[in-house]
Amino acid sequence: MKLVADGLAARRGNEMVFEGVGFALSAGEGMAVTGPNGAGKSTLLRVLAGFLRPVAGAAAMTGAPGGIAEIAAHAHFLSPLNAMKPALTVRENLNFWRAFGEARAAMPEEALERVDLGHAIDVPFSDLSTGQRRRAAIARLFVNHRPVWLLDEPTSGLDARTEAAFAGIIAGHMSDGGIVIAATHLPIEVAGMKKLRFTDGGDA
Amino acid sequence: MIALILRDVKLGVRAGGGALIGILFYLAVVTVAPFAMGPDLNLLARIGPAILWTGALLASLLGLERLFQIDHEDGALDLLVIARHETPLALTVFAKCVAHWLVTGLPLVLVTPLLGLLLNMDATAIGATALTLLVGTPAITFIGAAGAAVAVSLPRGGLLVSVIILPFTIPVLIFGVMATLGAVETFAPFLQPFTFLAALTLFFAVLGPFAAALALKGLQD
Repeated sequence: MKLVADGLAARRGNEMVFEGVGFALSAGEGMAVTGPNGAGKSTLLRVLAGFLRPVAGAAAMTGAPGGIAEIAAHAHFLSPLNAMKPALTVRENLNFWRAFGEARAAMPEEALERVDLGHAIDVPFSDLSTGQRRRAAIARLFVNHRPVWLLDEPTSGLDARTEAAFAGIIAGHMSDGGIVIAATHLPIEVAGMKKLRFTDGGDA
Repeated sequence: MIALILRDVKLGVRAGGGALIGILFYLAVVTVAPFAMGPDLNLLARIGPAILWTGALLASLLGLERLFQIDHEDGALDLLVIARHETPLALTVFAKCVAHWLVTGLPLVLVTPLLGLLLNMDATAIGATALTLLVGTPAITFIGAAGAAVAVSLPRGGLLVSVIILPFTIPVLIFGVMATLGAVETFAPFLQPFTFLAALTLFFAVLGPFAAALALKGLQD
């Protein structure tokens, strides 16, 4: 299983955000996309997830289970928005995403233990703090198994201790044979993670 | 898909507002009508089905823009779209429509007998109106899904959604009222307009979700 991007270019309005971005990640590899605000990190992730059409180039999976080349079919997408309903409890939210997706994996209890939020399982999502909400959103990655993780600013709102624990979560997914692409303006320290740096000029 | 229906019904009931606002609006339209028409009981009974249908149509338009907007705002819509290889987007939209109708459309049908009494309608007319509403209002939701999908990224798209889909709901209104009339009056046919109404609902149950899915996919570009 391999994720290959070749010569990607994307536009935001009339302005080119980046051009000529290419990389290849095999199972078990990860990549941190860094750069200042507005450099195109989120745009790259949205292109990879298939929400935006690239102006040039292509990104696809090869040798993926089921043979579907579209990355979206194999990916978890963690956007800056948490995709959780405030009116439901954390358990109800996670149970919904678990039932909606295929390849069901961890139960909500177990997923929340991994982000150290087990105590808040029956609390309405609206009652959580910003960092706790982010952790609940991260727990969603565990309730369905998908090999590719596309993470957009995954650590925003997390404290230093949870951030370190999150690096461990990424490393764990990579050692299980997953592929992680994380866009972040703060560096994530994970051993063996490749780096893609956007500058204001836009190129890698 | 079942999970999505259950979640949306739970949200619709728990968050309050949504379902109740539609009923209140329906109630407002129907109770105001007799004051405008004057105290002619026979006239009221005769145009009662039309008033009920108009009220129900406008009330169902009311909450439609929320169909995708909330999911759009909290990022869940992205995830529903990205899961299209597991659950096709048209099915996802269909499930959301079913949940939306259960929360906003079905209550309108259920309060119709009560409102029929306010309009001096007899039991047959009330029953016929409730039946045609039961069959016809899902079509409005399915048509509305396409409008809601087009307007989802617009702030305050509510009125726009209503304006976009209103022309498409006119046939539903026409056949709904016609079928009700047919059940009450001896000279008018019942079965033809009623089967037309059912056909409209089935037709839009397919077309609406597909159109909405197309719009939601295009929205991401």
